[in-house]
Amino acid sequence: MKKEDIKVCILRVGGTNCDAETRRAFNELGVVANVVHANKIIKEKNLLDYDILVFPGGFSYGDYVRAGAIWGKRIKTKLGYELRKFDEEGRLVLGICNGFQVLVEAGLLPDFEGFSESPKAALASNTSIKYECRWIYLKHENSGNCIFTKRIQKGERIFMPVAHAEGRFIFPKKNENEYLKRLYCNDQLVFRYCDEKGKYAAGKYPISPNGAFHDIAGICNTDGNVFGLMPHPERACYGWQLPDWTEQSQILRYGDGMLLFESMVDYLVKR
Amino acid sequence: MYLRKDLPFELFVINLMDVTAKQLIEVSNELGLALSIKEMKATQEYFLSKKRNPTDVELQTIGQTWSEHCYHKTFKGDVVSPDGTLILGSLFQTYIAQATKELNLSWCIDVFKDNAGIVDFERGYSIAFKVETHNHPSAIEPFGGAATGTGGVIRDVLGVWAKPIACTDVLCFGPLNYAYEKLPLGSKHPKHLFNGVVAGIGHYGNNMGIPTVNGAIYFDEGYVGNVVVYCGCIGILPINKFVRATKIGDIAILAGGKTGRDGIHGVTFASVELTEKSEEVSRSAVQIANPIEEEKLTRAILKIRDQELCSGITDLGGGGLSSAAGEMAYRSKCGIYVDLERIHLKYLNMSPWEIWISESQERMLISAPKKNLDKILDIFESEDAEAIPIGRFTEGNTLRVNYKGYKVAVLDLNFLFKPPTVTRIANWTEPKFSDPVFPEPKDLTSCLLKLLSTPNIASKESVIRTYDHEVQGNTVLKPLQGKYSGPNDSAVIKPLQDSWRGIAISCGMNPNYGKIDPYWMAASSIDEALRNNVSVGGRRIALLDNFTWGNPEKPDRLGGLVRAAQACYDFAKVFRTPFVSGKDSLYNESPLGPVTPTLLITALGIIPDVRRVVSVDFKHPENLIYLVGETHPELGGSEYFKLNRFIGNGVPRVRSEAKRIMETITATIDAGYIKSCHDLSEGGLAVAIAEMAFSGGCGAELYLGRVPKSNIKRNDYLLFSESNSRFLIEVSEKYKDQIETLMKGIPHSSVGRVKRKNRLSIYGINNELIVDAELSTLRNAWKSTFGD
Repeated sequence: MKKEDIKVCILRVGGTNCDAETRRAFNELGVVANVVHANKIIKEKNLLDYDILVFPGGFSYGDYVRAGAIWGKRIKTKLGYELRKFDEEGRLVLGICNGFQVLVEAGLLPDFEGFSESPKAALASNTSIKYECRWIYLKHENSGNCIFTKRIQKGERIFMPVAHAEGRFIFPKKNENEYLKRLYCNDQLVFRYCDEKGKYAAGKYPISPNGAFHDIAGICNTDGNVFGLMPHPERACYGWQLPDWTEQSQILRYGDGMLLFESMVDYLVKR
Repeated sequence: MYLRKDLPFELFVINLMDVTAKQLIEVSNELGLALSIKEMKATQEYFLSKKRNPTDVELQTIGQTWSEHCYHKTFKGDVVSPDGTLILGSLFQTYIAQATKELNLSWCIDVFKDNAGIVDFERGYSIAFKVETHNHPSAIEPFGGAATGTGGVIRDVLGVWAKPIACTDVLCFGPLNYAYEKLPLGSKHPKHLFNGVVAGIGHYGNNMGIPTVNGAIYFDEGYVGNVVVYCGCIGILPINKFVRATKIGDIAILAGGKTGRDGIHGVTFASVELTEKSEEVSRSAVQIANPIEEEKLTRAILKIRDQELCSGITDLGGGGLSSAAGEMAYRSKCGIYVDLERIHLKYLNMSPWEIWISESQERMLISAPKKNLDKILDIFESEDAEAIPIGRFTEGNTLRVNYKGYKVAVLDLNFLFKPPTVTRIANWTEPKFSDPVFPEPKDLTSCLLKLLSTPNIASKESVIRTYDHEVQGNTVLKPLQGKYSGPNDSAVIKPLQDSWRGIAISCGMNPNYGKIDPYWMAASSIDEALRNNVSVGGRRIALLDNFTWGNPEKPDRLGGLVRAAQACYDFAKVFRTPFVSGKDSLYNESPLGPVTPTLLITALGIIPDVRRVVSVDFKHPENLIYLVGETHPELGGSEYFKLNRFIGNGVPRVRSEAKRIMETITATIDAGYIKSCHDLSEGGLAVAIAEMAFSGGCGAELYLGRVPKSNIKRNDYLLFSESNSRFLIEVSEKYKDQIETLMKGIPHSSVGRVKRKNRLSIYGINNELIVDAELSTLRNAWKSTFGD
């Protein structure tokens, strides 16, 4: 597929707010991305015109009830068929922050046995009980299943900001060990919070900004084509977005966030 | 006196014919109009000339429009001395607007005309900026008050067709450890207010996807009864899309949320003192916030702007429709007709006056030619936002309001927008504080550590990180710098994708100086806001003023206000920095007395290329540290004196070389010589160098003997004096000669060096070691108060 032919849909509803910077990241790589209101795609039923679907950050429908819950249910009822097909054909679905919450609430992540009826995990309130906007380190854990991180070596450490109040990834207590084992067996674990030197956070604040189970920051589905993460790669795309760029002798062109967007585009171009 | 009309809804006619002055005041009180006897008499005369009595809707309209909050009558009125001689005509015209007028700068595109001031940015883009106060509501309900304060100021920016790109917040509270038993009845504890206000601001900005990038939190006993909440918003707009041309025949469209009983009498409530009954009486004056509604509204408004479908816009803030509709018509030299029945309500059975003056949030009033109406309504629908035509702009200059087929208000706009001039007495007497006498402490290291942990200096990281300051992805210089979260002087935003040009946002506020002299408080606040801006590379700076003061009907309060406003004029002229917008909040009084008079100065500067921005942290060991500007024995109102429980008398002044110093800093940054820069403010030289050191993880040595000074012989005074117009800069030794050339003629001196060792060592006037501490000790002291 030619780069110019890639079609990206950045879906939004009332309360979505990271669509513009997400589009900018694709544009930077020469890929056209459309920001589309969910009302429009539900009406026109043209989701399958796109190759990449992004659920960006924000507070969809105010995140009333629980972060991502309303939109998660809504996409299942209004876009369920198309979304299933989109996934079956191996097209790419990315959820950033609120988007990750939506994918989990909709049962797309983790998909141990396909889309689940009810959520198998949750993104609960941060242990600090407040909103956290800070830069954190992530360790890449994936052995190659995740399409979105192909540009990153396993064990590599990357730098990105988080900004959320509900980002503590958890499994139901009784299934914790079983589900974690499955994540490992299926190569679904993608990012874990770690410190500057790459040592896992082990829940320690603020290295882990939210106290997530097993320091989990992002996971993909069993096929590696659906991926969600709490940190914001679109805010770590350029060197000047880094929190310490003024300390460096030269401003980097790109930040680590760009690696995710490059991985997606690479994959589609090679396909 | 009140006659209920025989109608299918509640409407009263109030008998103003042959009633006494006492009865007029009773009417004002009973209806919550907050009008004075002079204003009630003018109202009576108007209706006598019309040979009829007013309806409640009409009286409420007058009450809202003439309120201090909406009309700013103190700032527009006459000020006289206690013996009755006129001091000046209008504080606003004489001081604030006058400086801007005299400076006459071409880049000030639209100032003091609208909800927000507009200045030029580049290539047809302009920046809009507004800072609001939301003190009264926040005192009653801190979360809702602060959230709707943010929501309101965002709409001010939308009200000039700008896309919101950043928010600011400056907050003042009583001490968080204030004794509960001392709290007057009806006042809420500072800790409760602090938690609620911070949560409210984060809730609105975060939910709307606008980064909150700059601010301050200040503590003083004077805020126990009167919390101060300043909310700011900055927007960007292509100036050719700005339209303010409402015409006769245009449709009036109410867009956004539904109208309810929340926010009834918000403005009249904001124009009186707080009492123990405020909560009971005025709870309904606080609005309810729904940021998602405003997010949808914003998207729709930017779409109709880009498609050029409208002729005018204004936000619904204080006074709701009653204020916005009349104002828009009056400004456009036409009349307006509104049908209240068309408005979507939150509750059944609202009286027409309630619908008319409700301050329910997330609403805007738009005017548009009839032919574009369908397109506009479609756009709102596509965003799941409401918009309804509620009336039209008419010939003549009459405001007409109907409800269910009945006329409920008919008012001449020329009457409504020409309230009687207010005359107030101003009388300022210089307070007498003596300069304290106490020996120089032996352990200055522990003094520095104590200062770093005082609430006004300590890191506010635990608050700042609850605000999303990264959303939109354009925050080049964050409020917190790098690994150690150092305190950057300004935030820098890069608003356009294809340009390196940026804006620097900073603020300055010194309430404690005002206790000695409001004039020097204002001058110092301007100097501080400018210093913060200049430190990161900002120039061509525009200012915003926000006054929070006590009851202006009390001569001493107004006396101080006049002095502060005079300094605003004087120093806007000196620095050639015009005021472009502002807002005052008066009547901040509680059973504990007046609020500490507080002037917030916000500064908006231009950064020609964001890649040259300078941050606060020391960069390289062995670089030289220069101190630019002179240190005077100015500790009056300083944090050091406060620590020792003194106020003092020697308040920091602003001197004639201030402008030249700032220009030299800018030139030195442009030449590329400055590696890091920090202004000297609360806690003086010692706090500033400590912050630079622990922010960069580099130690430093400093020699007080080399500090440019006048009349100081004590180490502690040199360390902690808060003299204005001073900067610390880090420079590579190889640029020493160039620095000397650039700095010729202004006070400056190489005072020390950045060091690899993790210590800050300061040597006194006689070269003895007086401060010696590890960076981690300093950093911990700074962070321990509020945590991270």
